[in-house]
Amino acid sequence: MESFALLLAATLNAGTLLAFAALGLLINERAGIVNLGAEGMMLVAAVAGYATAFHTGNDWLAFAAGAAAGGLMAAAFGLLVIWMNTNQYATGLALSLFGAGFSAFVGIGYAPEKLSERTRYEIPGLADIPFLGSALFKQHPLVYVAIGFTIALTWFLYNSRAGLVLRAIGESPESAHALGYPVRRIRMLAVIVGGALCGISGAYVSVIYTPLWVEGMVAGKGWIALALTTFATWRPIRVLLGAYLFGGVTMLQFHLQGEGVQVSSQFLTMLPYLATIVVLVLISRNESFIRANMPASIGKPFFPGS
Amino acid sequence: MTQISKRSFVKAAGWTVLATAAALAGCGKKEEAPAAAAPAPSAPASAASVAAAKAEPLKVAFIYIGPVGDGGWTFAHDNGRKAVEKQFGDKVVTTFVEKVPESADAERVLRDVASQGNKLIFGTTFGYMEPMLKTATDLKDVKFEHATGYKTAENMRTYDSRTYEGAYMAGVVAGGMTKTNVIGVVGSIPIPEVIRNINSFTLGAQSVNPKVKTKVVWVNEWFNPPKETEAAQSLMNGGADVLMQNTDSSAVLQTAEKAGKYAFGWDSDMKAYAPNAHLASAVINWGPYYVKAVGDVLDNKWTSGQSWWGVKEGAIDLVSISDKVPPELKAKVEAVKAGLKDGSLVIWKGPIVGSDGKEVLAKDAVADDKFLGGIKFYVKGVEGKVPGGN
Repeated sequence: MESFALLLAATLNAGTLLAFAALGLLINERAGIVNLGAEGMMLVAAVAGYATAFHTGNDWLAFAAGAAAGGLMAAAFGLLVIWMNTNQYATGLALSLFGAGFSAFVGIGYAPEKLSERTRYEIPGLADIPFLGSALFKQHPLVYVAIGFTIALTWFLYNSRAGLVLRAIGESPESAHALGYPVRRIRMLAVIVGGALCGISGAYVSVIYTPLWVEGMVAGKGWIALALTTFATWRPIRVLLGAYLFGGVTMLQFHLQGEGVQVSSQFLTMLPYLATIVVLVLISRNESFIRANMPASIGKPFFPGS
Repeated sequence: MTQISKRSFVKAAGWTVLATAAALAGCGKKEEAPAAAAPAPSAPASAASVAAAKAEPLKVAFIYIGPVGDGGWTFAHDNGRKAVEKQFGDKVVTTFVEKVPESADAERVLRDVASQGNKLIFGTTFGYMEPMLKTATDLKDVKFEHATGYKTAENMRTYDSRTYEGAYMAGVVAGGMTKTNVIGVVGSIPIPEVIRNINSFTLGAQSVNPKVKTKVVWVNEWFNPPKETEAAQSLMNGGADVLMQNTDSSAVLQTAEKAGKYAFGWDSDMKAYAPNAHLASAVINWGPYYVKAVGDVLDNKWTSGQSWWGVKEGAIDLVSISDKVPPELKAKVEAVKAGLKDGSLVIWKGPIVGSDGKEVLAKDAVADDKFLGGIKFYVKGVEGKVPGGN
């Protein structure tokens, strides 16, 4: 039973990392912008966070630095795709490749360094409850922040006026423009916020999840986060649950291997992606399902004058 | 509207796939930085009195798969290169090219360094085998040394180190330190070399603690820190309290440090990464072999062949053993080391029983290198089955 609790705990941890990046990308996409640069932003944020944690010894400053680095990268991306109307997919790809190279370049000196001893977190009282304690209450604070943030984002998107405007821009930037909303500026803001969230996720990788810096260490999590937004049909709660599901499948495959269960690990490695495809096929069968959630202007440039 | 949104959706999905593919291709195709370690030899030809031509220094090149700063595999090779420089001084000039992928690029780099006058070229990863063989057939006056491969030519030979001896010594420490009697290994890719290490680690642990069980989790990659972390975490969740890994980063060690468990450094000394969790590091010293190989060329004694060096030749060692390891256990490790050095201890000597209960090596039978090179089974005490094996 204890090992199941630990499996749950590890799942929450792995899911949190994906959730932050995917929620950030969801905000982008709700405004009609697809940023394929997630992996690159996360890598740059990872090295920025690691360097900050190394020099200051403060994890929270590290997250701030990660968010700033992610936001900055996203701002550059936003400038290109929103104001200069470059192709979003090509620009995002370029951002990813640039981020991979740039983070490796600036991070050379940090590869041999190590961070000070990591703090262990637990909620006093609750952490001692059998089973639930080790499953739920011995996590890094960001694990809980992710849950709170998801609820807040849901409220923001569906119950607040600003959220409505954001979604309106994602559906029809022309109409929003006609109503007098500054489409480009709002999109830019969404892109920067999205980048900052990817940045927090990147810093989480290098400071908390695997406290070290080596080039390319995000190792594909950014791409999984991108897939996750589609998997979750652009709904925050589903993104969070999807993140736990993806994290859970990864942890489960290692767990089963460790238990000596005779399942091909290659097959298990494939599972999360297979699950994505299956869900995509299932939701694609119901057109209204997709239509009701997928921002209509996603990936398309907006020219205010036309 | 439906049509359009559907189409653009498909388009978006297509782009995502393309993007991922491109990014993956991009990962494997990073530009290598030809970082010349030593400047080109300057010719002090001013002194006219120097009539006799002084012997030209031998130019030696090293081709690396990773960056020299990886703190593991490539870092260890580069230490070997430095040992060559130290040993031979101005008789050699060494250069290295790092981050050369195991692809067609490798051949281009090989021909490149050969055309720059390098007469001895070391390739430090298995995947360079075919490119090196091809280049060696064309350039007969250049000597090629290939790490971890098995194909040779008259001007190409192979070398490797018995990493399993390091794994065995780490196992001795692990067997003595585990409280749960469960030890864990984060495996990279299930090839004989790695399976041999897992088995040797287990045999080492069993030599001091017969109750030990080994759990194995494969990540199917050489380098993926988050995945290595997840694998290490799941091993510890399953009760393992001492971990070893055959992957390239220090992630497993860091994860153990965070969880208050033990782990080992691999390939290079990784003590600094996790002062509390680190029990010892199984390191490879490529120096002795590199010095010998360069010496062979300088003395015109170089002949093709295959070398497999271990503790005996000074190529494998267990270093930085933690103070947490009790003195009796340390003494046992030293005894093993001494035994491997003088040949009185043979790790792969029967009786050895496979995990299916069948005897794989009869009593007193000693495994030869061919046997060791083809290990595809777990020994008794390792849980589960080799992926894809039977």
